[in-house]
Amino acid sequence: MTSAIIFPIFVSFINLYTMNFEFSEEHKMIRQAARDYAQRELLKDVLERDAKAEIPWDHIKNLTELGFFGMMVSPEWGGGGMDTISYVLAMEELSKVDSATAVILSVHNSLVCWGVEKYGTPEQKEKFLRPMGSGEKIGAFLLSEPEAGSDATHQRTVAEDKGDYYLLNGTKNWISNANSGQIYIVIAQTHPEKGHHGINAFIVDKDTPGITLAPHEDKMGMRSSDTHSVMFSEAKVPRENRIGEDGFGFKFAMKALEGGRIGIAAQALGIAAGAMERAVQYSKERKAFGKYLSHHQAIAFKLADMGLKVENARNLILKSAWHKDNGLSYGTLSAMAKLYAADMAMEVTTEAVQILGGYGYVKEYHVERLMREAKLTQIYEGTSEIQKIIISREMLRD
Amino acid sequence: MKILVCISNVPDTTTKIRFTDDDTRFDTASVQWIINPWDELALTRALELKEGSGGSIEKVTVVNVGPKESEPTIRKALAIGADDAVRIDAEPLDAHVVAGELAGHIRNNPYDIVLCGIDSSDYNGSLVGGMLAELLDLPSVSSVSKLNIENDEITINREIDGGSEILSTETPFVAIVQKGIALEPRIPSMRGIMMARKKPLNVVEAAGAEPLTEFVRFELPPPKAACKMVDEENIRELVALLHNEAKVL
Amino acid sequence: MSVIVFVENWDGKFKKLSFELISYARQIADKSGSRVIALSIGTVEDDELHKLGNYGADKILKVEDERLNSLINKAYASVITQAAEKESSDTVLFSHNATGKALAPRVAVRLKAGAVTGVTEIPSSLDPFEVKKKVFTNKAFANVRVRSVKNVLTLFQNSVEIKETENNAEIEAFDAEIRDQDFKTRVLEVNKITGKVLLTDAEIVVSGGRGMKGPEKWQPLEDLAAELGAAIACSRPVSDEGWRPHEEHVGQTGKIIAPNLYFALGISGAIQHLGGVSSSKYIVAVNTDKDAPIFEAADYGIVGDVHKILPELTGEIKKMKDA
Repeated sequence: MTSAIIFPIFVSFINLYTMNFEFSEEHKMIRQAARDYAQRELLKDVLERDAKAEIPWDHIKNLTELGFFGMMVSPEWGGGGMDTISYVLAMEELSKVDSATAVILSVHNSLVCWGVEKYGTPEQKEKFLRPMGSGEKIGAFLLSEPEAGSDATHQRTVAEDKGDYYLLNGTKNWISNANSGQIYIVIAQTHPEKGHHGINAFIVDKDTPGITLAPHEDKMGMRSSDTHSVMFSEAKVPRENRIGEDGFGFKFAMKALEGGRIGIAAQALGIAAGAMERAVQYSKERKAFGKYLSHHQAIAFKLADMGLKVENARNLILKSAWHKDNGLSYGTLSAMAKLYAADMAMEVTTEAVQILGGYGYVKEYHVERLMREAKLTQIYEGTSEIQKIIISREMLRD
Repeated sequence: MKILVCISNVPDTTTKIRFTDDDTRFDTASVQWIINPWDELALTRALELKEGSGGSIEKVTVVNVGPKESEPTIRKALAIGADDAVRIDAEPLDAHVVAGELAGHIRNNPYDIVLCGIDSSDYNGSLVGGMLAELLDLPSVSSVSKLNIENDEITINREIDGGSEILSTETPFVAIVQKGIALEPRIPSMRGIMMARKKPLNVVEAAGAEPLTEFVRFELPPPKAACKMVDEENIRELVALLHNEAKVL
Repeated sequence: MSVIVFVENWDGKFKKLSFELISYARQIADKSGSRVIALSIGTVEDDELHKLGNYGADKILKVEDERLNSLINKAYASVITQAAEKESSDTVLFSHNATGKALAPRVAVRLKAGAVTGVTEIPSSLDPFEVKKKVFTNKAFANVRVRSVKNVLTLFQNSVEIKETENNAEIEAFDAEIRDQDFKTRVLEVNKITGKVLLTDAEIVVSGGRGMKGPEKWQPLEDLAAELGAAIACSRPVSDEGWRPHEEHVGQTGKIIAPNLYFALGISGAIQHLGGVSSSKYIVAVNTDKDAPIFEAADYGIVGDVHKILPELTGEIKKMKDA
C-alpha cells in the first residue's frame, strides 16, 4: 500500500529534474545488437580484411539487413528513426572490433543521410534518401581535396552553372566510401569570386559519366574502408540535385560535419574501449615477476587512466548526441567530443600496446591495429587542430 | 498454425556466480539478463518456420513466467521477431511452478507447437518442457536438434545416445530443443527493436501453482589446485603423470 | 517403501552409468531401510538383468513390449509411473542423460513428486529430503529440499562410486498397461553411430579447438582418440565454423560432460567452454598461449603447438601401453 502513495510523489520529482543518465531499454538492445554483431561476425575476419585491405561487402549487406545503415533516417524515408544516442552506442560497439567497417556506416549515416534529410527537397529525398534510408544505396561525402584538406574554404573543384545542369571538374581526395558508395555529396566551387559563399553541394550518382576513381589508397589503418581519389571531368549534374540555395554548400558542409564529428568521436571511443578491454583482459591473464600484471601497480594505474579517459570521452560524446537529439546547438560540443576522443584513443591504444608488450606489437592481438586506426580519428572529418579552432572561436566569440 | 516459445530470463552466461544472504540466494547485483540460450535458439527456429511457411504458421508467441523485471528480456524476444508475448506474473520458484503456470495458460489458449529449451543456464532443471507436456497430456519429444514442417507434416530429429532418430508427431505437441535446432540466435534488427514496444505483451495473473522444491543453500566448487606444467620436450613425463599420479591411463 | 531405478539398455546391454545408478539407489535404500527396484524396459536377457543385482538391486522389473522398442516419452513415463506406484516408491531415479531428462519431468508430474535433476551426491537428509545438485552449468552447487513426499532425481554421471555387492535379485515380468493413445509420436528412422565411443559415456575425451588450425587437421587428434579409446569433442567456435559436427560441441550450450580425463587441445578455455567440461576428473591442456585461461582449469598443461605435441603424445602413450 505504501508504494501506491509514494509513487505519484516520486513521479513528480522525476518531472522536476529531467537530467537522466539512464539508457532506455531500446538503447541497451541496440548496443547489445551491435556488440553481438561485432563480436560474433566482424571479429572473425577483421585481421584478414585489414591485411588484404578488402572492403567488407558481406558485413555491409548484413548491417544493412539489421538496419544500421540509415538507422537515424526517419521511418517516413525508410529509415530506423533512431536517435543519435543509439547511433553512438552502435558506433562504439562496432568500432571496438572493426572501425573500418564502422566508418562506412558513419559517413553514410551522419554526413550523407543526415544532410539530405535535413536540407534536401522532397524530390531529392524521394530519389536519394529513400534508398539510403533502407541501406540499399550507400552515401559518400566528397569534400577534401589535394590542396584543401582541412581548409574547406578553398575548393578547387569547380561546378560551372550551365543553366539546366552544372558541369563538375576537379579532384577529390581521401574519399571514404568512394567505391562502396553510390550516392555522392560533392562540394564544389561555383562562384570563385565569392569565396566560400560561392560553394555549392550536389547530390551526384556515382555512375554519372565523367567520374573516375583512382586506385584504393593503401593506408596505415582503417585499411578495409574504401578510400579513393575521385576525378570529375565534365561531369553533368542536374540543377535539381543542388542542395539548398545557390552558395549554401559551405554552410551545408560545416553543418553536416558538426554531426559527423559525433560519429567519428564514437568511433574513436570504440577503438579506445576495445583496446582497453583487451589490455584489462590480458593483465588479468598474464603473469610477470610471479604475479598477474593487474597486480602490478604500474599496470593497474595505467588501466585506471585509460578507464578515466574512455569514460570522459563517452560522457562528452553522449552529451553532444543528447544536445543534437534535443534540438540544442551541438557544434562546439561535438568538436570537443571529437578532439578529446581522438586524442585519448591515440593515448589509450598506445598504452594498450605497451601493456601487451611484444604481443601488443603483433597483429594477432588486435591492439596494434586499433592503434593504427586511432591515428586516423585525429585526422579525418577535421583534424584535432581544426577542432581546437572551432572550440576556441566559439569561446572567444564576442 | 500457432507456435508458442517458452522463454526464461537468465543471467548472461559470462556472469560471475556469487551468492548472498548466507548463501541462500543468487546475487543478482549487476547481472545482465538474457534470454536463456536454448530458448533463444527455439525462438529463432520458430521464426524461421513461420517465415518459410507461406502463411500457414500465423503467429509466434513467446511466454515467460516471471516478475515485471523479466520484461526487458521478453521485449528482446519481440525485437527478434515474436509477434506477441505473454508474461504470467509469478516468481518462477521452481520447475513445478513454471510448468504449472504455463499449463494453466495453454489450456485456455491452445497452440499447435510448444517449444521449450532443453535446459536453463541458471538452475539447470531440464524439467519444464517435459512437465508441461505431462500436465497438458500432450506428446513430447526431447533433445530435438531439427524440426521441420512440410504440408503440415512434422518431422523431428532427436539426438539419442549414440546417434539420432527421425520422428513424426501429431499436433499439438511439445518439442524440447537443444543445440542444432537453429544455427545461432538472431540479432534483432533496428526496426525490430523499435517495434518491440508496439507489440502486445499481455500480463496475465498467476494461477497459483505451488513449488515442490526449494533451494536451501548454494555453494561454490572448491578452488582448483594449480596446473602442473610439463615441458613440451618431455611428453613422456606427462604420460607418466597421467599413469602414476592421476591414474587415468 | 522403495527406490526405483529406471535402467536404460543399449541393444540389450547396460552401461556403467546404469550400475552407477543402482549403486546410488542402494545407498539411499540402506539409509532409509527400503528396497532397490530396477526397472528395465525393452528386450534384455536375464543374464544381463542379473548383473543389476551385483550392484545392489533387490528386484528387477522387466517390461517387454515391442511398442516400447524406441523411446516414446509418454508411454515410457506411464510404464515407469505404474511400476513406481506398484512398488510404493518414494524415490524414482534416472540418469542425467537425454533419456532421463525426457522422462523424469513427466514421471514427477504423474507422481506429484518434487524433481531434482543433476544430483551429485547421496541425499544429505531423507526427512526432509535434501540433496545436492549442480547449478549455473557446473559453476556452483545447490542444496535442494523437496517438499513433497515423493521425489524424482536424475543423477549426474561419475558422481558416486560403483560398489559391487552380492545380491541375488529376482526378476519379475511387469505387465504394465500400455495405451495406444500414448504413441502419437513415431520413430521413422534410427541412425546409430557405430564403432565410435560416445561422448556422453566416454571415460576419456579428446577435444579440439581453434588452435587445431582447420578441419583438415584433425587426424592427429583422431589418432590420439583411437589410441586411448576416447570420444572426440570440440569447442564451440569449431562447431560454429562447421569444422566439426555440432554433436561434438562440449560447453555451456553444447554437451556437458564429466569424463575421467579430458584433453583440451588448442582450446583457450572461455568460461562457457569450462562450464561444460569442468566436472572432468582430470584436464590436460595443450595451448601455444601460456596465458590461456584453460590452464587455470587444467591439472596438467603443456605450452606448445598441438600439431607438434599430438603425434609424440600418441606415440608415448602407445609405448607406455606396450610396456
